[in-house]
Amino acid sequence: MKKNLLLLAIVVLLAIVPLFIQKGAEFGGADGEAEAAIGEIDANYEPWFESLWEPPSGEIESLLFALQAAIGAGFIGYFIGLMRGKHKEG
Amino acid sequence: MKFSGWKLSYFLLAFLFVPNRAFAMHIMEGFLPIEWAIFWWVVSIPFIILGLRSIRKTIEENPETKMILGLSGAFAFVLSALKIPSVTGSCSHPTGVGLGTVLFGPLAMSVIGTIVLLFQSLLLAHGGLTTLGANTFSMAIMGPIIAYYVFKGSQKMGLSFSVAVFLAAMLGDLGTYIVTSVQLALAFPSEVGGFMASFTKFAGIFALTQVPLAVSEGILTVIVMNFLKKYNVSELKALRVFSAKEAH
Repeated sequence: MKKNLLLLAIVVLLAIVPLFIQKGAEFGGADGEAEAAIGEIDANYEPWFESLWEPPSGEIESLLFALQAAIGAGFIGYFIGLMRGKHKEG
Repeated sequence: MKFSGWKLSYFLLAFLFVPNRAFAMHIMEGFLPIEWAIFWWVVSIPFIILGLRSIRKTIEENPETKMILGLSGAFAFVLSALKIPSVTGSCSHPTGVGLGTVLFGPLAMSVIGTIVLLFQSLLLAHGGLTTLGANTFSMAIMGPIIAYYVFKGSQKMGLSFSVAVFLAAMLGDLGTYIVTSVQLALAFPSEVGGFMASFTKFAGIFALTQVPLAVSEGILTVIVMNFLKKYNVSELKALRVFSAKEAH
């Protein structure tokens, strides 16, 4: 248990440290940069297909991302509870 | 069945919306020339079919592992939703396919990874349908294959179970984005320097950003595996996750 908490702390640190050593960076998606790189290599390239639907705003996009994480985390929580319960019974 | 009907109509509804432009951590919609888009679809489909078979076989042989399969999917769902800042000053997200690969093998993850990618391309405009074949190949096929062989290789070398799991998840994650860079470089070779010049450029964007995230994914996978080792040893044995030495 203690070991797991320590491991978790490392994960949290790995996410926080960049915010300090890259002060002022935009922290945009690596995707937007890739798009710019394609533009540099082939300036004439035009995307030939567009997303069928796109979240109308950044807020709604983050809602859907949060929902995706919540659904997954909900199942993981259910799984952990179920297995611990079973373990105690057995 | 009512549920799947609802889902279908939801997706059909989504199709009616006005198309828009979007970017994603995976290859963006419309950003692969059509011949490459088709090529990666053709390459990926056989793996998905084999993956469906592999899952069916596993569930038939070990029905008790169904919940763990669900856990593997949920883990990939959570991890690929977390956009995490990286040392390069931009963000990316882990893939979460390493856990399922160690438990169920690489083929099973081709199906689960595709489901995650489909969800993100339809509802989040993250990735895309035309590039789904390519993104499936990198995240749901090559990532898991790399993770699988790293895991087996580490076990053969006698590394401890946790270290083997860590290396598998980390290198599978990193491998995914290296494959993405290869795919983009193949489609967009530079005029000067060709494939290698483009690859260096894309790898600098994707793979470098991914390094700390890959480490995080490795650690998170170990944490979940620690839990499974405590409460689900019989299932792990049924899935033949342990090496001969660790099994007893």
